Amino acid sequence: MKTFNYHSAKDVKEASKLASSNSAFLAGGMTTIPSIKLGLATYKDIINIKNIKSLSGIKASSKTLKIGATTKHVEVANSKDVKKAIPSLAALAEGIGDPQVRNRGTIGGSIANNDPSADYPSACIALNAVIHTNSRKIEAEKFFKGMFETALKSGEIIEAIEFSIPEKSNYQKYPNPASRYAVVGVYVAKHKGEVNVAVTGAKSCVYNDKDLAKALSKNFSSSVIDNVKISSSGMNSDIHASAEYRANMIRVFAKKAVEAC
Amino acid sequence: MASLVGSRVERKEDKKLLTGRGRYTADVNFVHQTFAYFVRSPHARAQIKKVDTSKALKSPGVVSILTGADIVNDKIGGLIAGWRIKSEDGSDMKVPPHPPLASDTVNYVGDHVAVVIAETLDEARNAAELVKVDYKILKAVVSTKDAMSSDQIYKDIPKNMCFDWLLGDRAKVKEAFDKADKIIKIDLVNNRLIPNAMEPRAANADYNPSTEEITLYTTSQNPHLARIIISAFNGVAPENKLRVIAPDVGGGFGSKIYPYAEEVVCSWAAKKIERPVKWVADRTESFLSDCHGRDHVTHAELAVKNDGTFLGFKNETIANLGAYASVFGTVTPTYLFGPCATGVYKMPAAYSNVKAVYTNTAPVDAYRGAGRPEATYTIETLVEKAARELGMDPAEIRMKNFPTQFPFQQTLVHSVDSGDYVGGLNKAMEIADYKGFEKRKRESASKGKLRGIGLCSYFEACGIAPSPVVMMLGCGIGLWESAEVRFNPTGNVTVFTGSHSHGQGHDTTFAQIAADQLGVPIENIEIAHGDTDKGPFGYGTYGSRSLTVGGTAIVKACDKIIAKGKRVAAKMLEASVDDIEFSNGEFVVAKSNKKKTIGEVAFACYLPGTYGEVKSPLPEGDEPGLKETSFFDPVNFSFPAGSHICEVEVDPDTGETKLVKYTAVDDFGTIINPLVVEGQVHGGLAQGIGQALYENCHYDESGQLITASYMDYTMPRADNFPEFNLGFTCTPATSNPLGTKGCGEAGAIAAPPAVMNAVMNAIGTEISMPATAEKVWKACNKNKKRNSEAA
Ligand SMILES: Cc1cc2nc3c(=O)[nH]c(=O)nc-3n(C[C@H](O)[C@H](O)[C@H](O)COP(=O)(O)OP(=O)(O)OC[C@H]3O[C@@H](n4cnc5c(N)ncnc54)[C@H](O)[C@@H]3O)c2cc1C
Repeated sequence: MKTFNYHSAKDVKEASKLASSNSAFLAGGMTTIPSIKLGLATYKDIINIKNIKSLSGIKASSKTLKIGATTKHVEVANSKDVKKAIPSLAALAEGIGDPQVRNRGTIGGSIANNDPSADYPSACIALNAVIHTNSRKIEAEKFFKGMFETALKSGEIIEAIEFSIPEKSNYQKYPNPASRYAVVGVYVAKHKGEVNVAVTGAKSCVYNDKDLAKALSKNFSSSVIDNVKISSSGMNSDIHASAEYRANMIRVFAKKAVEAC
Repeated sequence: MASLVGSRVERKEDKKLLTGRGRYTADVNFVHQTFAYFVRSPHARAQIKKVDTSKALKSPGVVSILTGADIVNDKIGGLIAGWRIKSEDGSDMKVPPHPPLASDTVNYVGDHVAVVIAETLDEARNAAELVKVDYKILKAVVSTKDAMSSDQIYKDIPKNMCFDWLLGDRAKVKEAFDKADKIIKIDLVNNRLIPNAMEPRAANADYNPSTEEITLYTTSQNPHLARIIISAFNGVAPENKLRVIAPDVGGGFGSKIYPYAEEVVCSWAAKKIERPVKWVADRTESFLSDCHGRDHVTHAELAVKNDGTFLGFKNETIANLGAYASVFGTVTPTYLFGPCATGVYKMPAAYSNVKAVYTNTAPVDAYRGAGRPEATYTIETLVEKAARELGMDPAEIRMKNFPTQFPFQQTLVHSVDSGDYVGGLNKAMEIADYKGFEKRKRESASKGKLRGIGLCSYFEACGIAPSPVVMMLGCGIGLWESAEVRFNPTGNVTVFTGSHSHGQGHDTTFAQIAADQLGVPIENIEIAHGDTDKGPFGYGTYGSRSLTVGGTAIVKACDKIIAKGKRVAAKMLEASVDDIEFSNGEFVVAKSNKKKTIGEVAFACYLPGTYGEVKSPLPEGDEPGLKETSFFDPVNFSFPAGSHICEVEVDPDTGETKLVKYTAVDDFGTIINPLVVEGQVHGGLAQGIGQALYENCHYDESGQLITASYMDYTMPRADNFPEFNLGFTCTPATSNPLGTKGCGEAGAIAAPPAVMNAVMNAIGTEISMPATAEKVWKACNKNKKRNSEAA
């Protein structure tokens, strides 16, 4: 392990000031620490943001649910407010990794990292989330740019994620049997006037399957899904699942999710 | 005192292990200690043109860097293949050199090239990055199936073949096949596994320059074997100057039976630099360099009559040894595999032919079950297929071919002393509600699920011993076991065993045996193991041998204690030795109330003479003290057997397979502690089910290990299993006085075929292990297509 400077920021301003192109924020550390230990990443500065109180917590209003960036997966999974407003989001959090990961990992860290097989990015897309940072608000559709790539600039800090509360929603996931990340995850959300079908795990970055979304917007029934073409081209293929299998799982899960809504 | 044998005594060792008070090799630290980090080959096969350590030597904290050239200079011997196998044509097996640090070629990703020793681990690791190795990359041989027709890895080993071994009679098999009504054929792959002991391997070697003694702490299932190999073969230090201690060890499953390059290098380096050298594997190193398991490609055939009677069996297998022949690497796919491949059946004619090949992958050695899971998978999937092709019930075809007379002379090697295979299968069918399966299948179908049932009846040969037999078959060591039972003067007892406990619960089970034999309360008995300076030489723990061989040695040593105790008690009680009876810890003069407890007798042995009240004369010819040693070599292997029944539910839309019911009925002979035995069965089942549904070691074409972490190598987890239904039958072994047979490997042996037979029954198609969701989904799709085309 290469050595680094450790800082603990007391507020967002200080954290942002300490940041550089050669630093990482330390939220749950569930991505950053293994990367350092395995020699996959080296940093000059590690900036702990867990002591910044304003970054943590869950607030529900009639239309939206706002979750602070350093809120842990376990807190989302167990939150009465989340369970009431968007039960599928609590269930998603409950299905991330294992108890150790859920007790440390945070929603902000997950989104900032944008792993192609992470769960939360699909929730952001399906639930029309707005990402609040220390300098602006970013719509989810514009936030996730590509594999491990987001719209965040150097030193920019996610403060909270604000989800629109849908009429109905459900998340289905085929966990990688080894790591439990999503091999495929499908998040279906029915809002007034539109349906989103966010898919994670299948491609290099989370996306809204427009064809499925359109068909379901017209008729929110699992029966329409068989008529939608789901092409496996451009999908990931690895030892855990071929592109063809991923395409199949999207169809199966889209149906299951609609039926469970 | 009630007998402890057979009772569910809670494990004595658990308090320590579960509260973090265990002491593992990584917990051992010495003053002035250094840290080793190994430079490993990133290539599967390459020539080493040059190793340049000049820059690394200048890195902060570096104490020393040793390479293959130093190994050659110091004449450090190579790692050994412990079992000599001969080919069918009589020629000896071909073994490549295996130096602890490579000097001219590297042969798998993770192979050892150099060791960097520094003041801290970080400094060692950082310096290791600066060691420049100039490789000429060569084409790697990876595939088991194609190894014989691929590039030749070693100059003197044509076709990359170590041996071409035959057991059995080809002519008799041909005769049997000519008479058959039907021949059932199967092609199988026994998937390669990575052992994944919870505790990674580690070593910490301390050298004392004034006494020239090395003390090596290491993660070993077998410290005595490590000591003799590192002394006699690697030549690091004479045996009397090498003490090997295997303290608490967190699982081995076979992968820690023998010493690896790292222990040899740490011991040698400690002596060279005259400072302690510590190495602890990180998880990636475990994946890359622990010996792997299984990896067979098999074609097998069964000749049957139309009524289901078996006439003959052939088994043609290619076994992957990896890059080098490891200590038990050559016996695992031969004598541990071939004989058991005819299964638990009367089989008039049979042969097993095994071609062992080298590839540019990590060495393959014994892994829980070692050879017997591969054998059982072969015969039990073949028998299930025979039942399907003959339109018979899979239970019926098994019953028809079970032997009912014991001892049973098994076709290829073994004389099985006892068993009741019919009773075992009947009991399993009863517990599993075999008759109710069709109803459960309909219920599953109504939910859109495919339900399948699979059977496996197995026998295995374990309790690995008789030294004369195993040595005749090529084993380079004996396989007896030792015990020393020592009464301390105050009447409590320390038992030294040559076995080693790394999860098996010896501290409890062995204490139960000694408590019963000696009539001493179990809390007054301590089991000591794992230190070559404490007890006599022993052969360690693997092959489900510890209880039947090591446990019996304890019984024998206790017998000697009691024999001496009788002489001493007779003298103390002024009676004739022939009149002394021993039971419940008391020596009693027959038909009287005159007696001495075993504690009093022990005390007398340590204080022989008269001193005030103490009057303890020793019998003439007897020496003071009360300590006896026994070396036990049984007359035969032991033969656990049983029947397992598995039920699965498959979701045809996703291919996901759920294990819904698992029944295991095993015959382990006498059971000393049901709690421990059930735990062993559970663990074995978890590993067997893991092989069938989840685990798979995957190298890509260039020999890079793709499944090198838990992100990609699927370990089974608790939520993958249903509640296991366990049952037992008991026909005691006749080859040891306890009547025990061994239980450590049974689950891993029986589960893979039981699970796979259930999956194949559910989907109606043959598929290979592991039955991952995608594979099962593809098979379901093929069936759908076939059905719709037929319709
Ligand atoms: C064994 C294991 C299994 C897992 N399984 C899953 C799974 O099933 N599904 C899943 O979705 N994830 C899974 N994860 C990932 C887990 O959810 C991580 O917690 C998450 O990806 C990162 O969150 P963190 O809080 O730990 O971030 P950290 O590791 O602390 O940080 C990760 C990155 O995010 C940046 N960052 C953190 N917080 C902020 C912020 N507020 N603003 C801007 N940048 C920030 C950091 O600079 C860093 O680059 C798993 C992880 C492990 C180790």
